[in-house]
Amino acid sequence: MWMIWPDNVALSILVLVLIAMFALYAARAPMHGLLRSASHALGGPLRLGSRWLFGVAAEMRARNKAVLLAQGRRETGQRIEREFERLALLVARDLQGYPTLQRKLLEEITRVEEDYKKCGEVPPPPPDWVDAVTAVAKIKTGGGEVVQKILLDIRQSLESIHDKALAEYRRAYQMRHSILEGFMPYWRSLDKTMKQVDKNMSGIQDAAAAVDAQMASYKEIAARSDEAESSLTNSAFTQFFIAALVMGVALGGAFVNFKLIALPMSEMVGASDYLTATLRTSEVAALVIILVEGSMGLFAMESLRITHLFPRIANLNDRMRRRMVWISLTLLLTLAGIESALALMRDMLIQDKQALLQSLAATPAVVSEGWLGHIPTAGQMVLGFILPFALAFVAVPLESFIHSARTVGGALLVNLLGAIAFALRILSNLARHASRALVHAYDVLIVLPLVLEHALRSLRKAPAAPVLRELGHE
Amino acid sequence: MNSKALLASLAAAALALAAAGCGDSRSHAQAVYVLVDTSGTYAREAGKAERVINYLLGTLRPGDSLAVAKVESRSFSEKDIVAKATFDTRPSQANAQKRAFRDKTEAYLKSVQGTAHTDITGGLIQGAEFLNETGAGTKTIIVFSDMQEDLDKVTIRNFPIRLDHIRVIALNVTKLNSDNIDPRRYLGRLDAWHKRVKAAGASEWKVINDIERLDGIFASS
Repeated sequence: MWMIWPDNVALSILVLVLIAMFALYAARAPMHGLLRSASHALGGPLRLGSRWLFGVAAEMRARNKAVLLAQGRRETGQRIEREFERLALLVARDLQGYPTLQRKLLEEITRVEEDYKKCGEVPPPPPDWVDAVTAVAKIKTGGGEVVQKILLDIRQSLESIHDKALAEYRRAYQMRHSILEGFMPYWRSLDKTMKQVDKNMSGIQDAAAAVDAQMASYKEIAARSDEAESSLTNSAFTQFFIAALVMGVALGGAFVNFKLIALPMSEMVGASDYLTATLRTSEVAALVIILVEGSMGLFAMESLRITHLFPRIANLNDRMRRRMVWISLTLLLTLAGIESALALMRDMLIQDKQALLQSLAATPAVVSEGWLGHIPTAGQMVLGFILPFALAFVAVPLESFIHSARTVGGALLVNLLGAIAFALRILSNLARHASRALVHAYDVLIVLPLVLEHALRSLRKAPAAPVLRELGHE
Repeated sequence: MNSKALLASLAAAALALAAAGCGDSRSHAQAVYVLVDTSGTYAREAGKAERVINYLLGTLRPGDSLAVAKVESRSFSEKDIVAKATFDTRPSQANAQKRAFRDKTEAYLKSVQGTAHTDITGGLIQGAEFLNETGAGTKTIIVFSDMQEDLDKVTIRNFPIRLDHIRVIALNVTKLNSDNIDPRRYLGRLDAWHKRVKAAGASEWKVINDIERLDGIFASS
């Protein structure tokens, strides 16, 4: 029905296209304006939102950094404090006795020196008569008996003197050897003392090195350096995952604990009471017991100043704190005892149920396994007693988890905001470029009138730029 | 919070155990009424009925109710209830009750004697009364019978009965000799009971001939 010439479809379409083309050409300026306005309307808020989110992310990052550095400074300060305390203890323990040690060392050294000097005394030199003997040996006997007798006497005298001198010489060396032998304990004592001194010095050096390392870290944090922030963030992530892992393990323990006491709790609060459609009161009671144990553990850890989740507890005076420790430990012990009893009751209930089912099924009763049959019972009781205390230590990873979650959550939130801002920026650019592309596409649709327009213009003004270049500029 | 208040909060945490309790127990409880047909030749099926009762004793939980009644010539009477119990909420006590229950039903089923007539309708009315009294959330009547009602001339049971929110399970519906000749009699009998039970407002009507299939019904409820 829209055909101008129904008999000639092609011509009708051509004319219609031409009409449409000229109509679009007439609406070119407002259409371009519309497309640009739509682009601005869409891209503007997106760009604005992106910029705002980038700003928020930057602000949050700065705040996170400030919190992280403050936390890091506090923790490092505490660590340095502890290192100094350790160092002070080392110094007090090792260097307190140093004057005594020094005196002992000096005494031993003096003694060794004296002994050494004694060892240095040379034995008496051989007598001068050696030369005389040599001279006498040169005398010619000539066969005279008198001379021979004199020489024999001289020889005998010399031999006896020689023996005496040799004995004297040996005795002198024996004495020196015994003095030297007496050195040994002093050397050993000296060696031991020196090793002790060396060990003490090494311990102090290690402690000093640890303090140096902590001080370097503290300086970096105080300087608010990016390295310090990065290091603290990495540390927080590590702590977060380790704490989560340990808490996961603790949750497993809590689940086992729950299984141990859920059934016997039904003996105390009834098995047919329900809080919701699927949640039994006995299960809730078992859960409450486990949570109370966790709370007691938390209070005990806080009172012992192992964790610092409650500043109020940390600020209590020592007497009050000690009371709290005793109260929480007593309650924990009581609950552990109750759990142990409940574990026993669980075993009894299961056995009773089994016996009933066997009697109902008219199957022969299982023969008692003797002491082997008591192992699971004993195991359950021991588990029931130990698990509450093990769960008490959950307070430590919980504290790490809570502290590191602030950093981890903050970092993730900043990244999320950054990602959203980036996506908004991309969308804004897409809107801008889409508007340009649509303007060009519109001009492609009306290319014929545009060419005509350009031809008319070039007739009026010469020379004219090519139409395509004009189109390109727009 | 001062230090005294802190100690008080510690004590309060310890007393949090007292928070348990005061829950909704009835709506989660089950009540089962077992009608055991002792009329005529069906009395020979008493052994199977014992298995069913034992299965129910093993399945029902603390707080649930169970009653076993016999179907006689006239069954609308408390005297027909062989044993009934609402099990204690404590598992140990419930187990003791179950043992006593088993002993009672076992003794009855060993000495069961066939009756001349079969009043299933009277037993259903009696069962509905018992189940409604328990106030349980899930109410079931198990009819252990061939579902062939046979009333004497004096007994009147041809009036509408009320079995609102009660599911009725016909268990071990054996075929009679006449059913073997013409199975339409059997099917027609079951269909008639289906219509009657549904008209009485029962939530469900089920026929189970294989006792093992009871497992699926009570395990899922």
